[in-house]
Amino acid sequence: MNHSAHPAEQISHTVNKQAFVRQLQRQLKSENILSSPEQLRPYECDALSVYQVLPWLVVLPETTEQAQAVLRLCSQQGIPVVARGAGTGLSGGALPIANGVLLSMAKFNRILAIDPDNRCARVQSGVRNLAVSEAAAPYGLYYAPDPSSQLACTIGGNIAENSGGVHCLKYGLTVNNVLSVQMLTIDGDLVTLGGAGLDSSGYDLLALVTGSEGLLGIVVEATLKLLPMPETASTLLAIFTSIEQAGAAVAAIISDGLIPAGLEMMDSLAIQAAEAFIHAGYPVDAAALLLCEMDGMSEQVAEDIERARAIFYAQGASEVRLAETDHERKKLWAGRKATFPAVGRLSPDYYCMDGTIPRKYLAEVLRGIADLAAQYGLAVANVFHAGDGNLHPLILYDANKDDDLARVEALGQQILQLCIRMGGTITGEHGVGVEKLNGMCLQFTSAELSQFHAVKAAFDARGLLNAGKAIPSLRRCAEFGALHVHHGQLPHPDLERF
Amino acid sequence: MDNTEQLQQRVLSAIATKTPLHIIGGNSKAFYGRPTHGEPLHVAEHSGVIHYEPTELVITARCGTPLAEIEKLLSANGQMLAFEPPNFGSTATLGGTVAAGLSGSRRAYTGAVRDVVLGVGLINGQGEVLKFGGEVMKNVAGFDVSRLQVGALGTLGVLLDISLKVLPRPESETTLSFIMGEAEALSTMTQWGRQNLPLSAMCFADNILNVRLSGAESALKAAQQRLGGEVLSPLIAKAFWLSIREQQHDFFRGDTPLWRLSLAPATPQPPLSGKWLIDWGGALRWLKSDDSAETIFATTQNLSAHACRFRSVEGCEFQPPSEAVAKLHRNLKQAFDPHGIFNLGRLYAEW
Repeated sequence: MNHSAHPAEQISHTVNKQAFVRQLQRQLKSENILSSPEQLRPYECDALSVYQVLPWLVVLPETTEQAQAVLRLCSQQGIPVVARGAGTGLSGGALPIANGVLLSMAKFNRILAIDPDNRCARVQSGVRNLAVSEAAAPYGLYYAPDPSSQLACTIGGNIAENSGGVHCLKYGLTVNNVLSVQMLTIDGDLVTLGGAGLDSSGYDLLALVTGSEGLLGIVVEATLKLLPMPETASTLLAIFTSIEQAGAAVAAIISDGLIPAGLEMMDSLAIQAAEAFIHAGYPVDAAALLLCEMDGMSEQVAEDIERARAIFYAQGASEVRLAETDHERKKLWAGRKATFPAVGRLSPDYYCMDGTIPRKYLAEVLRGIADLAAQYGLAVANVFHAGDGNLHPLILYDANKDDDLARVEALGQQILQLCIRMGGTITGEHGVGVEKLNGMCLQFTSAELSQFHAVKAAFDARGLLNAGKAIPSLRRCAEFGALHVHHGQLPHPDLERF
Repeated sequence: MDNTEQLQQRVLSAIATKTPLHIIGGNSKAFYGRPTHGEPLHVAEHSGVIHYEPTELVITARCGTPLAEIEKLLSANGQMLAFEPPNFGSTATLGGTVAAGLSGSRRAYTGAVRDVVLGVGLINGQGEVLKFGGEVMKNVAGFDVSRLQVGALGTLGVLLDISLKVLPRPESETTLSFIMGEAEALSTMTQWGRQNLPLSAMCFADNILNVRLSGAESALKAAQQRLGGEVLSPLIAKAFWLSIREQQHDFFRGDTPLWRLSLAPATPQPPLSGKWLIDWGGALRWLKSDDSAETIFATTQNLSAHACRFRSVEGCEFQPPSEAVAKLHRNLKQAFDPHGIFNLGRLYAEW
């Protein structure tokens, strides 16, 4: 569907497109400036394809100087700018703006240096996530954050979203694995945040910029931390006859002092979908399964695997299988990694959610989601990073049935509210984008949102970078709050209603 | 005790009367950061653990909670603050630890204080009580205002409470000791840093390289066989790592200015005069030197590194940022503290 931005979140300008293209042509090759509808069409959405907007212009700079020049022109003339990496984002963070420039970083695709002694990689922001680990592999090193889209997604996008992946319980998110970035501000200043070492003087701008969804600046280059490849990795598959037992087993693993490299849960619908698609050897009659991976020195892994196996049995697992060969291990993970497309085969469309909750409420929240899904008459498959409480409920629907999407969005909102009630958050790793702007109104007070706006203004006073994303306007929240009164209280009682 | 309301009132009246505030926790790190002038705002009484559940790997406590109390509680549950915070005195508080943003020897392997901050409550410069982040491991809703507070030295607001990720204590630890020179130590640390070893610290002082390993005993034995060295007795090892963390090691004695250099771990010793102690497997270098601040800052700038005059009769001084980065700092200070009341001049002289 066409996305129309909230009036309070739009930037207006009266710049003539043809004149602006001529100004750009003085800085960039003509072929890197796209302006006809058929050229713009491929950029109309990111991986959250339910929202589409045709951009005003698409610009593909090849150098930092060109990107700088584009930003200066936009800044001088008040034109909004959306940065785009590979467009794999799931929250509409790279959704174009109808009167804005879409700045594609696709040509920033060079790995500049692998420095094995300092265990870091210097890369341009359009480099694909997996390409970093591939380039580091000959040195026995790798880049730890591994979002599911790592084959395609870019480092710049990972930094903008603070991407996670299946290994972040042990190895952290993007924010824990970036040493420094070179970033362009909306005024075209090139700033270096962080440094060659592990910390730097002053405010931790690197942490602030990571996960800022392209609102504070545009990263052109990053220095990433590389880790020595684990000597060995082993994976257990634990099968449960109830979701509650599987949830309790996750808590038991953590309380025993184990930090698995990955700890993933799938419910019965997700298991069936994945098995039908990949034939990973999953038990299709199980209520839930856990995949638990340990990595490190072989002696450590052997001990950890035995401890985990004992815990799973003590928590009521009906069966615990150890992948005996590397081939078997990869097959188990292939099933997990293919769950999204596998679910896609069950249903014409699915909607992926991303709430995070304290681990101890896993079973309770999963029951709550099942109840809500039944109320809305929709099926939900659950597959998620159990180790860090990050849920990915997949709501199955048919976009060709008009009322389906409205029901999906209503159910999604209910699920997010459930996450917030449990002390969690509306987004663990996919970002707010345009998708969860209303959810932000539920999670934050107007004073907190105002503080976010002040932070934004510190970097971009006129709000040109990724305008209308990530942080909702107070007007939006006032209107949304009026529709969502709960516990008899408006979430933003101090605001004027529009 | 929850003093949120009193603290908020103090901030509101400071705004009304345009009185700068000097935030004080346990005063254990008063030496760190530049001098600040203002009415003292004591926060140590705003204290107590609010929420701690070992299975969630998260602890939430008020800023005035003694660091020692938190470490004791975690230890009783087989857990720890993995960034090995320097206390610099028994009065150290959680708030001060986060505001100073300092981490100990384990930092290079298990992350810094900024890596484990999950959420904060704070009073901003408008006197508003705000909450950012939370108690969950992954949270990308809104800007990461929580991590921004780490190392901000209280210049952006009064921290009220902080949620930190904690980690299980390792099953066992052992420290291997090697006698060698500085250059050999640097290349040894570089070589071992590239391998998959259960490292939790590598520190070179006085021609001795100490390497701490953490994990299952079988793994430690295997690593020890690979690396060699002399196994320190647990008591001596513990005393050594404590002396590094708390700067009680002989190296830190005397009046020569103490500099802290954060740089790429394999960097050869920079051409500066004085004595060195190397921690974080090479990424943190302590320098006792009489070289001028200009010389040292220029040297680190060339290395994309950062220096801080950590302890000196002349006071603390941080590496000056570039003009463009300085502008972002000023704007952020303005965004959180528009009336200019929190810890003025503590981080940089101008504000």
